[in-house]
Amino acid sequence: MGSAIEIKAVSKRYGALQALDDVSITVEPGEFFALLGPNGAGKTTLISAMAGLSRPDSGSIQIMGHDVIRDFRAARMSLGVVPQELVFDPFLSVRETLRFQSGYFGLTRNDDWIDELLSKLGLADKANVNLRALSGGMKRRVMVAQALVHRPPVMVLDEPTAGVDVELRQSLWTFVKELNEAGHTIVLTTHYLEEAEALCNRIAMLKRGKLVALESKDKLLQHGKEREVAFKLNGPLPDTLLPRKVREEDGRIVLKLPDIAQLEQVLAALREAGVAVRELNVIEVDLESVFVNMMHGGQV
Amino acid sequence: MQGFLTLFRKELVRFWKVAFQTVAAPVLTALMYQLIFSHVLSRHVEAYPGVSYTAFLIPGLAMMSMAQNAFANSSSSLIQSKITGNIVFLLLPPLTALEFFAAYMLASIVRGMAVGAGVLLVTAWFGLPLPSHPLWVLLFAILGCGVLGTLGVIAGIWAEKFDQLAAFQNFLIMPLTFLSGVFYSINSLPPFWYAVSHANPVFFMIDGFRYGFFGQADVSPWLSLSVVGGSFILLSGLALWLIKSGYKLRH
Repeated sequence: MGSAIEIKAVSKRYGALQALDDVSITVEPGEFFALLGPNGAGKTTLISAMAGLSRPDSGSIQIMGHDVIRDFRAARMSLGVVPQELVFDPFLSVRETLRFQSGYFGLTRNDDWIDELLSKLGLADKANVNLRALSGGMKRRVMVAQALVHRPPVMVLDEPTAGVDVELRQSLWTFVKELNEAGHTIVLTTHYLEEAEALCNRIAMLKRGKLVALESKDKLLQHGKEREVAFKLNGPLPDTLLPRKVREEDGRIVLKLPDIAQLEQVLAALREAGVAVRELNVIEVDLESVFVNMMHGGQV
Repeated sequence: MQGFLTLFRKELVRFWKVAFQTVAAPVLTALMYQLIFSHVLSRHVEAYPGVSYTAFLIPGLAMMSMAQNAFANSSSSLIQSKITGNIVFLLLPPLTALEFFAAYMLASIVRGMAVGAGVLLVTAWFGLPLPSHPLWVLLFAILGCGVLGTLGVIAGIWAEKFDQLAAFQNFLIMPLTFLSGVFYSINSLPPFWYAVSHANPVFFMIDGFRYGFFGQADVSPWLSLSVVGGSFILLSGLALWLIKSGYKLRH
């Protein structure tokens, strides 16, 4: 079986801004994939290109083996997208919205699936309510349902939990996890790194349109297993320890240790040089610190 | 095909849910024009031999209302979707350019025809005869609404804010529809304005439509048909090309 998403050397420029710069990513069927990066990194542009909402200047994208431009009908049938902006049609009720959306995908008599979506997303009692009367969180749920009316094998969520309350975030993730377990390929972008850490198997990081990391979450965190230890010393750092130095912050020197067991050697070297330790902190590595490190130009 | 049918139905639901504004209001406006102009002018003008001014006015008013409302339907639906952002729900599904265009254009025709039928209904008692050529009436009604509905699609795609659409409507559509022989026979115009009127496709829509009722008009209905039909084909080609290329819809 081929890849769920195959992005090959995609570049896109908006005027002076290089929104995407030679990005290649392959996502396998059944993966739970996170796309991370600060604002303006190109995440939404990449998603738009997958969905056919924007057209790359060069490169190609396939969804379930279908080119998103040449074979756009099959590609779009395979893809469900939850856009980042909260948008809705103020003329329609929830059920009308989902029925029309089904029709755009060529589906009639989709009510059983619509009912299932409504109940799973906690919208059953809102089915006949006009979209205008719903809260932001409820509108977001409707958008998730809209992305799923045609049961796409691949689902992309562009910051679905931005500005959404904790309860909805939890129920949304439970739902998306179920979809993933049922075989759907999931791609999400999020600002909440703990979400990516908790849910995803593999992570891509974008920075100014360039792919700066593409690895399994565990491997990415592994890079961070090199512990960082911050010391406050009463003298200068001995020359022998200089190669281990990563940075200095708030009067503390941060050293990198491939293994925490090497802390003993470091302390010995300090003792030998007659430098006393005033304070010592072991910095725990999580996705956030790997992320921050990468976005500030560090290498993993 | 199902995608087209769905979008077409949604476009019908959209204007029908606010039918007071989209159908009843323009019918009332046309009735006002009819009342005022026929009161002021009926004793002074006879447009064609044997056709009173009051009767002459009716098909013109009907076609003008049809044209304006066909334009308003597609253009305002598109600009609203673009500005609120919900157009994304039409760009994500596998709709073809033809399905997208045909749905908006045909819904515009339906709205235009509903308005036109309403105008004819409320103004008929001013002395409108039964059409002498009903097929010409129907043909020009459909094609006229089609041309303006298509122009509405183009304007709706092109405009980025309501202001730009209003400019299109007020500075292009309004003059085209008002200066098209709705209120007068262009044979009564000085030569310069007579020539200018011939450059206005809306004139041919109205003239052809009027021919269907009275069996006489300023120009041959075949000439009118070729101008209106030609405009329809040309504008449809342009609209399809814009949609296909993703102009202002897909970046």
